[in-house]
Amino acid sequence: MISRLSAITLNTFREAVRDRVLYNLIVFALLMVGSAPLISTISIGLEKQFLMNLGLSAISLIGSMIAILVGVGLVSKEIEKKTLYTILSRPTRRWELILGKYLGLVMTLIVNTACMTAGFYLALGIVSRGLGRADALPLVAIYFIILQFMMLTAITLLFSSFSSTIFSAVFAFALFVIGTFADDLRNFADVAHGLARWLATGAAYIVPNFSALNVILQVVHNEPVSGSLIFYNTAYALLYSAAAISGAVLIFERRNLK
Amino acid sequence: MAALEIQGLSKSYPAGFWRKTLKPALLPLNLTVEEGETFGLLGPNGAGKTTTLKLLMGIIFPTAGSARILGRDFHDPEGRRHIGFLPEQPYFYDYLNAHELLDYYGNLSGLSREERRKRVPALLERVGLADAGRQQLRKFSKGMLQRVGVAQAILHDPKIVFLDEPMSGLDPVGRREIRALLQSLKDEGKTVIFSTHILSDAEALCDRVAIIHKGELRGIGVMADLKSQSADRSEAVWRGAQALGAVSGLLAESRVAGDIVRGVVAAGDVEALLDQLRQQRAALISLTPVQGALEDYFISRTTGKEAAAK
Repeated sequence: MISRLSAITLNTFREAVRDRVLYNLIVFALLMVGSAPLISTISIGLEKQFLMNLGLSAISLIGSMIAILVGVGLVSKEIEKKTLYTILSRPTRRWELILGKYLGLVMTLIVNTACMTAGFYLALGIVSRGLGRADALPLVAIYFIILQFMMLTAITLLFSSFSSTIFSAVFAFALFVIGTFADDLRNFADVAHGLARWLATGAAYIVPNFSALNVILQVVHNEPVSGSLIFYNTAYALLYSAAAISGAVLIFERRNLK
Repeated sequence: MAALEIQGLSKSYPAGFWRKTLKPALLPLNLTVEEGETFGLLGPNGAGKTTTLKLLMGIIFPTAGSARILGRDFHDPEGRRHIGFLPEQPYFYDYLNAHELLDYYGNLSGLSREERRKRVPALLERVGLADAGRQQLRKFSKGMLQRVGVAQAILHDPKIVFLDEPMSGLDPVGRREIRALLQSLKDEGKTVIFSTHILSDAEALCDRVAIIHKGELRGIGVMADLKSQSADRSEAVWRGAQALGAVSGLLAESRVAGDIVRGVVAAGDVEALLDQLRQQRAALISLTPVQGALEDYFISRTTGKEAAAK
């Protein structure tokens, strides 16, 4: 089982690498290196904050786009191209395929984020003329961004398990946008009345709360992130991802692959 | 022990706007294939052959019925260790090369790293892809992909191999190569089950054939019996149209093209025909038994009237 799971995971990673998914790193590197001298000239005294905001936001956005655009094809592309036929006719279980695909894309995103983080710190070092202990704080924001990728990949995979590539992308992107403003949805639920309150509260609990995972502004202003938030966000992201993956497995286990 | 036992296996798909009506793709199918047999599933396009194979491979789920492959329930993933499958017009991960693909499939089939290291190059050699093993599959021709397909199906040395239209879309050379590969599997004593609508392929390879039409099993024929039914006629081809007048009474049918004559003769009249041709100084080009029994059987089972009378 472990051998099959790791084979599927590594193959998914290899597919992403060979399909040039990681080319985005070049764009990110150019953005960071190119913006560093520019920032120094246009934002006197705030260049570090500006760079941190730009860098962390870019890491989050680029990774989220990869999670959705690659994630939607993870299962649906295999069904459309019928590559699953030669996999499911082996001792492979359907859940192994879903979990292996998920882990493969998460692995791709982690490698991607690690490379972007290295580029980010290189640019930060150039702008700040060296790095201090306090510069470790953005790592918390990057850790939360990875948690966000894990949730987003699981959600995309859930849609991909029963829908076509295009619909999966639309659904996942819509949920990503709604989740980014989940706090606003909760605030609305607090002030709404009657049915609207019930619906907004229900929706606020169902949609992924990506806004809770966004601590970029806090980090930029050098405000510490509490240990309890790290713990709760970790538990939340793992549970939400597990629920979405379980849903994907339940649907896929019963699906006729025409 | 039977290699394959199918009992009442059927598949229907919901149809219509409300998806409340069921459109049958395969009517209840009962079939047994013995170990070591080469068995052909014959039928026109859309007959239900691919549906049958997809059901057996767990790609789609049956509406009713069950099957046992090598004595194990066909849903049991562990049973698939001894099964090889080649889908129709297979598509593989084209970002991999043939070596990587087979290594991946070998891993999924439970082969150890050491076994894969030995088997993959040997198998690429066997299917004639030793030189192209490190080339990405996106650069492969259709014939090469089909050979990779056969290679992945037999990589883990399965006891039973299912192939869906293995010769479809191939040029004559490619077809001959795949046919030789299937013959070698047969010679190794493996159970081979393949679907085809090309009757000559079935005629050359199969021990038995099942005719499927409109989702229904219309008949099962033993190739040896079918061939013996047609053994009473032979086709002679000779050069020398002047001999036709002397032998016309022996021929069931004849056709002349220039100086070449083709005539069908009953088995009992072959010697007399040969004598006459010698006397008339005609040069015999070939004398072969008439192959066509399977075609007759196929047509009798797939045309409406005969099927109704069945």
